[in-house]
Amino acid sequence: MTSTASKKEVAESSFEFLHIELVHYLERRHKQVATEHKDDNDLISLETPYTKLELMGFRVGQRLIERMCRDHPRFNDNLEIIKYICKEVWNELFKKQIDNLRTNHRGIFVLLDNRFRWLLHTSPNSANTEPKEYANYVAFACGILRGVLANLGIESTVKADVTTLPACTFTISIQS
Amino acid sequence: MAAKHVRMGEAALSKVDKINSEVLTFTYGAIVTQLIKDYEDIEEVNKQLENMGYNIGLRLIDELIAKSGIGRCADFRETAEVISKIGFKMFLGISPAIVNWNGEYSEFSLLIDENPLTEFVELPEQYRGLHFSNLICGVIRGAMETLQMKIECKFVKDQLRGDDTTELRVILKEIMADEVPVGYGE
Repeated sequence: MTSTASKKEVAESSFEFLHIELVHYLERRHKQVATEHKDDNDLISLETPYTKLELMGFRVGQRLIERMCRDHPRFNDNLEIIKYICKEVWNELFKKQIDNLRTNHRGIFVLLDNRFRWLLHTSPNSANTEPKEYANYVAFACGILRGVLANLGIESTVKADVTTLPACTFTISIQS
Repeated sequence: MAAKHVRMGEAALSKVDKINSEVLTFTYGAIVTQLIKDYEDIEEVNKQLENMGYNIGLRLIDELIAKSGIGRCADFRETAEVISKIGFKMFLGISPAIVNWNGEYSEFSLLIDENPLTEFVELPEQYRGLHFSNLICGVIRGAMETLQMKIECKFVKDQLRGDDTTELRVILKEIMADEVPVGYGE
């Protein structure tokens, strides 16, 4: 198989359905396990849905980048890698580029996506006044970013903030 | 009849946004791995995959109808065509062959030879009992239930388990009568 072979495509909605159901499944499972163990005196460590999603994303990111940049020449520095993520990786995942990239030139990169696709179909929870918890819907993406970076030799932490829907900021902190 | 559905399926596929299938493949693989970790029991993993699919099917059917513009099916034979040529086509880019009808036209099989979910997948010996793509069964069941058809759906052959083909059996159990929604009765 050559890299020019036409890429197979599936509907993006297939992925979105799967992703939403994954979040729901992990939330259901978490509640269930927490209830089963609520009488245990010894505190069992429970992996939160966020942790699991992030870790799953990490593995997906690793595999994805392995296949994506097979024929890409070696990257010269971190900024080049981040730029590649903002353009190519984002395009692969979301058919668009990151809208804004900022950095403090000391290992922190802030990526802004004005219309983050995985949040397009979520709506604010009008029934209660508390801000809806979006963390679980962006955890997978954070994991993907961390996985992509890890496979390119960069250890990092990634967190996302949802301020106004459907915009999302990803903050990458590179460990020196 | 078949040609019409092929056209509709292709039109629907061209209408939806698409992504590289590898993103879906890797994510699905990660989900199966997570379920195995969560449950350890393979039978339970099969059940959970089916259940997740069911939840997806309930929602996915709206998109199928909206994007394809398909109307009511005349009979179950047409339903089979729609599942393969529109449903599979639009969401996974494939259309499995419809084979092995029973005499009453209430059961058929789908031959899935190219499955984006199982690309790069090999099942280790200890997971031979796993129906890797069982989510698809749930999707069909959930989608059909929304259309008031009770369906049983299962993999009877699977290339991942060493069979020569991957065969998904779809059995129509019952067409549920239209019922007045709760709260609308006299």
